Amino acid sequence: MARYILKRLIQSIPVVFGITVLSFAIMKFAPGDPLANFIDPTISMEDIEASRAALGLNDPWYVQYAGWLSEVARGNLGYTYAGNHSIRALIAQRFPNTIILTLSAFVLSFAVGVPIGVMGAIRKNTRTDYGLTVFSLVGVSIPSFFFGLLVIYLFSILLGVFPSGGMVNMRARYTGFARTLDIAHHLILPAIVLSLSNIATVSRFTRSNMVDVLKEDYIRTARAKGLRRKAIIYKHAFRNALIPVITIFGLSIPFLFSGAYITESIFNWPGMGSLGIQAIQDREYGIVMALNLITASLVLLGNLTADVLYAVADPRIRH
Amino acid sequence: MMQLFQRNSFYDLAQRRFVRNRLAIIGAVITAVFVFIAIFAPILTPYGPSEFFFAEDGVTYNRYAPPSSDHWLGTDSLGRDVLTRVFYGARVTIVVAFSAVLISTIVGTIVGLVAGFFGGIIDSILMRIVDVVISFPVLFLLISISTILEPSLWIVVFAIGFVRWTNTARLVRGEVLRIKQLDFISAARGCGSPSPKIIIRHIIPNVLAPVMVQITIGTAQAVLMEASLSFLGVGIQQPTPSWGNMLIDAQRSLVLREMPWIWIPPGTVTLLLVLGIYFLGDGLRDAFDPKQ
Repeated sequence: MARYILKRLIQSIPVVFGITVLSFAIMKFAPGDPLANFIDPTISMEDIEASRAALGLNDPWYVQYAGWLSEVARGNLGYTYAGNHSIRALIAQRFPNTIILTLSAFVLSFAVGVPIGVMGAIRKNTRTDYGLTVFSLVGVSIPSFFFGLLVIYLFSILLGVFPSGGMVNMRARYTGFARTLDIAHHLILPAIVLSLSNIATVSRFTRSNMVDVLKEDYIRTARAKGLRRKAIIYKHAFRNALIPVITIFGLSIPFLFSGAYITESIFNWPGMGSLGIQAIQDREYGIVMALNLITASLVLLGNLTADVLYAVADPRIRH
Repeated sequence: MMQLFQRNSFYDLAQRRFVRNRLAIIGAVITAVFVFIAIFAPILTPYGPSEFFFAEDGVTYNRYAPPSSDHWLGTDSLGRDVLTRVFYGARVTIVVAFSAVLISTIVGTIVGLVAGFFGGIIDSILMRIVDVVISFPVLFLLISISTILEPSLWIVVFAIGFVRWTNTARLVRGEVLRIKQLDFISAARGCGSPSPKIIIRHIIPNVLAPVMVQITIGTAQAVLMEASLSFLGVGIQQPTPSWGNMLIDAQRSLVLREMPWIWIPPGTVTLLLVLGIYFLGDGLRDAFDPKQ
């Protein structure tokens, strides 16, 4: 096991390197000059050149990359063009909110998706199965922003049961447990919107695995042995069908972070996604790059964890 | 190519299974209808996509007009016909999705074939590059590329192609690794066939089926990606209509609350087209799967 983890870690080294290169390249390609915002007509060309040289903007790209990388390694993500705020502090402020949202959506995807998939498989080719299949297909087909707007229209505007955006009730200023409840109340709609297509993916995947497993010889053996249907489904089939679902753990992470961009901007959820959208409008490429770097690293970590879990669950992978 | 469809060949049988699948045919019909609308948009509507209409006073624009006999789906924030923009939006969506998938399929298939067939260091390098691209959440990467290169139709195509080729590359590589082990490849080698000939004559026809399924899934996802980018304002730009950018206005609560004709139609057609393509893809997958 330790050898397998070590092997996967070594494999990720070039990937981490690639992630930093691509993040850096995206910022280097960005149009505009970082100094443009600060230049006023009274400054002479010589002074501009001098400050360019002082900031290292005239160095070859690999020198700039190395300098940037060593700062990033020390946890310095740079400063915004406007206001000179620490990007690290800005992101740190938003990070927990995105984690709350994506984690809830993550839990919801599996808590709902797996039972739907299992139900579809054990009632294969019945009306229930067709209904669930169409539901899953609609779930992956509906644009998340359209679904988000529909949900706001239905639950906030027509029924008025959930707030249409934000994370806390600004007017009430709750504290303690009431605040937690308030956040949960605001969380429900965005979490549903963010998880819908993931629920659909998880249920489709679970269904097809379960269908395959139910055809296996050991299921027939269990049946021949006279085991009850429930015991066969939940003890023998379900456990084996769940193993490949672990791969969806890893795949869900980039998917949910992507979705957070849209969901957060529709629901004004104060997370990294809405920060990113704002950064794009303000042309704050430093923030965009930092967000790319952070999420890509999280995704890599998530995939690594999923692979290790898979190896724990299925010893054949280790060899 | 015709050889592939000889009677009772793999592709002939698959084609017959496909035609029997009701959902797949529904999917094919939906997709065909949208392609038809995209091609014949100028004939289907008397208006232009960016044509402004004046209110009865003849001075102000006929903004946010509810559905009527002149404008079946009403008008938008600038007094343009919503139905006309939905029709022309189909053009943009289909051109973007098809071109992006064409790029990603060609690049992905070549990378997958090379990595799988030659293996070794080439395979390792190519697959690590795939790992890097896959590590970025799709939308982050799309948004970064699209904003930095100034959003336009072809940049959106390029961006979607750039994030999508990796899936095809992984799929094709896996298939090639599997097929390479089979006896008929050793037989071809034994007969002295050169590598290019083995790839073209023996491997490509065998990876075609999963690649076709991947093309349909990829097209559906490309439609969604384009719509999302345009909705976020970094995709197709006004005045060009796109189903995604037609929904931007619905983020204003007045439009969302009072003017469903502005945002329900473009959202619904996106859902329908993507659903149709997925039905098609599911049908293809089942048709190609001999276990079914």
